[in-house]
Amino acid sequence: MKHVMDYIEMKIPAKPEYVGVIRLTISGIASTMGYTYEQIEDIKIAVSEACTNAVQHAYPEEEGGEVIVGFGIYEDKLETMVADSGQSFNFLQKKAELGPYTESSTVDQLAEGGLGLYLIETLMDEVRVSNTSGVSVFMVKYLGEERENHDKATSDRETN
Amino acid sequence: MKVNIEKHQNEKEILVSITGEIDAYTAPKLREELLPLTEGKNKVITVNLKDVSYMDSTGLGVFVGLFKQLNKNDGELKLVELSGTLKRLFKITGLSNIMNITEDGGR
Repeated sequence: MKHVMDYIEMKIPAKPEYVGVIRLTISGIASTMGYTYEQIEDIKIAVSEACTNAVQHAYPEEEGGEVIVGFGIYEDKLETMVADSGQSFNFLQKKAELGPYTESSTVDQLAEGGLGLYLIETLMDEVRVSNTSGVSVFMVKYLGEERENHDKATSDRETN
Repeated sequence: MKVNIEKHQNEKEILVSITGEIDAYTAPKLREELLPLTEGKNKVITVNLKDVSYMDSTGLGVFVGLFKQLNKNDGELKLVELSGTLKRLFKITGLSNIMNITEDGGR
């Protein structure tokens, strides 16, 4: 496995007005790494959804809290971790603790909420969530399209 | 980062133009401004999304709410001039099969 080339961590107050700040940051990081416009949009939406979940559900409204967002920048991928425990975390250790997220919840398409996690799963290449000490959402987007879960899309395109 | 909402009404419909980003921060304002427009029978609301630079599930939630409310009162919701990114968001969530969405001006 390749090691993290660079790591960036941000801590924002758990308030909706700061989700846009994370979006600007990730947009800058992804663009520096060479993702396409469409991939950057996907990453922005997925990371925003994770931050929105954290901001809306992590803390009682009066108390407030913090959301930590970590960006692991690799040669071939961008890993993002959104954690609402309010605690700074060891990125690699936390990542190792996370189990696979496989169960995709039934999406009632006319529900006014609940599409967030579905979008994260759809837009990112790998997603894992952990519920130990707050919620952490870990997601990966690969550079290029040579990944397994892109195989279908790629072969579809080739047959067209 | 904010959202701006312009509303025009003619005999046939209410035209709404939204400019900016629709996320967890701006969605409540949008909902607050748009939901009252659905009151009454047979309302037709056309929302122009040409100048929406970002939208996520919180924005989808606002439009689903609007859509459900209008449907209940025999009204209609049209979303027009969606960017490629926005169109894709409605497509992958399955909403483009349910709601009236067009890339052009819708008339």
